[in-house]
Amino acid sequence: MSGYLFRKFKNRLFFVLCGTCVVIAVIPLLSILYEVVIKGAPALSLNFLTQRDAYGGIGQAIQGTLILIGLTGIIGIPTGVLSGVFLSEYGNNKYATTLRTVNDLLTEFPSIVVGITAFGIIVLGVIGSYSPLAGGVALSFIMIPIVAKTTEESLKLVPNSVREASLALGVHKWRTTLRVVLPAAKGGLVTGILLAIARIAGETAPLIMTVLGNSYFFQGFFSPMDALPLRIWRDSLQPYANLQAQGWGAALILILIVLSLNIAVRVASRGRLKR
Amino acid sequence: MQIKLTGDNLFKILTAIVAASTVIILIVTAYTLVTGSERTLQKFGAGFFFGTSWNPVEGREAFGALPYVFGTLVTSCIALLIGVPLSLGIAIFLVEMAPKFLRVPIGYLVELLAAVPSVIYGLWGLFVFRYWIVNYIEVPLSTYLGWIPIFSGTPFGLDIFTAGIILAIMIIPTVASVSKEVISAVPNSIREGAYSIGATKWEVIRHWVLSYGRSGIFGAIILGLGRAVGETMAVAMLVGNATGPAAMPTSLFRPGQTMASLIANGFLEATSPLEKSAYIEVGLILLFVSLLINIAAQVMVTRVLKVKGGAVEQ
Repeated sequence: MSGYLFRKFKNRLFFVLCGTCVVIAVIPLLSILYEVVIKGAPALSLNFLTQRDAYGGIGQAIQGTLILIGLTGIIGIPTGVLSGVFLSEYGNNKYATTLRTVNDLLTEFPSIVVGITAFGIIVLGVIGSYSPLAGGVALSFIMIPIVAKTTEESLKLVPNSVREASLALGVHKWRTTLRVVLPAAKGGLVTGILLAIARIAGETAPLIMTVLGNSYFFQGFFSPMDALPLRIWRDSLQPYANLQAQGWGAALILILIVLSLNIAVRVASRGRLKR
Repeated sequence: MQIKLTGDNLFKILTAIVAASTVIILIVTAYTLVTGSERTLQKFGAGFFFGTSWNPVEGREAFGALPYVFGTLVTSCIALLIGVPLSLGIAIFLVEMAPKFLRVPIGYLVELLAAVPSVIYGLWGLFVFRYWIVNYIEVPLSTYLGWIPIFSGTPFGLDIFTAGIILAIMIIPTVASVSKEVISAVPNSIREGAYSIGATKWEVIRHWVLSYGRSGIFGAIILGLGRAVGETMAVAMLVGNATGPAAMPTSLFRPGQTMASLIANGFLEATSPLEKSAYIEVGLILLFVSLLINIAAQVMVTRVLKVKGGAVEQ
């Protein structure tokens, strides 16, 4: 009978241990959110958000991040979505299986390596100087596999009967895909794109050797540009309290962007599941 | 024929070409890294891999990647040693133990850990977490166990150990979510069979569920390893930025350097083409290691998730 009690005790013990694991993992998250809000909030002001570095603001970094998101979106979204369409609609062959494997590998690429690639092609090659374009290319290398994967998965959720109904009306397959299947999977598509944007907005490593950082507003495609993650990185390594405070303020803005995208996605997809 | 070509086939060919972009990215990356590191590849050959010095002074240039390879190895091992048990605990709790109303919010909180940008982990680590580590772990350990070589040195928080712990936190979402999927994929009949012979919940998990899904959980761990190896910014800010022979991870409490952090910290400071080439060759090694790890992980994870509800996998 004591054996039974001991086993019951062990059972309880592991229940508690597993619960503790969850608590331990959540502590860093809560601490990060707490510190970023407490240390970042005092820095916030209209001046901080709109002026450039020399006037005590991070306006140029916010502008840079928005430009990078735009450039990456222009390159990454069409490429990713079309790749996903191919994998889902024509993906029943060896070629597509290979592409899927490469896609998964690319998702786990070290982001710094992507930075070196963009440095090699764009900064040393095509453009010849540090450039927002190089940053956009590096970030789209990160975005494409994510968007391709989520597109494929959400297109596969569209029932075949929908495709058949459209084909039965005599609509070509390509038109069916673009006008019927893609709109039907709109929710999943948008979710994937938003998550990819949240991911690339916070990427720092590939930006170091591509857009470099700048304390002026956007100066064209042949000069360096600033970005929020770069600003946070450089500020955090400074020994001056005012610059560190600026770094925390920038971190608050960045985390607001990233988390609001994540939460928006979560809320939107929950609504879809309920319906 | 002509009409056929402008319609469906054209669309199919277009998407097929666009879909090849991932392969092109992979090839271009490999090509750029190999050509970019041509100078050091020719000058040092295999010696680059075993060298420990990092001397950009003209005429006496010597570059070696060994300290950073070891640094990556040690920080990733710390990350796995601490991160994996925590992640498994979370995965088990979420699938087998948590009451229904807690599952979604807790799973979501753990996923949010993955959403926090790396640079913010670095910032938090630099100004907050580092002091927890120094005050509560490093100082006591070095005071009482400082005579053991791996605990030697004066702890101030910017070292291999802190970098390893921050990596542990950062791999939790990856390892936990994949293990969660693997554990949920274990058929219920396995659990029911075990309960019916009188096993407790823990015994069911320990002896049946975990051993059924062990290949997939192993894959999840390798996937976490891949994350830890490639992670850059947080490590670059916390690892101490040592270069040359001093970067050899001889003690947990001394500054070190990983491959990724070396590139992030030093790439822009490279003065000569030869030094730039050395950084790119470190990137090439990193790419190679990370590809190997991720291929291994994928083979293991897909093998398990594909037999969902099917035959028992041995």
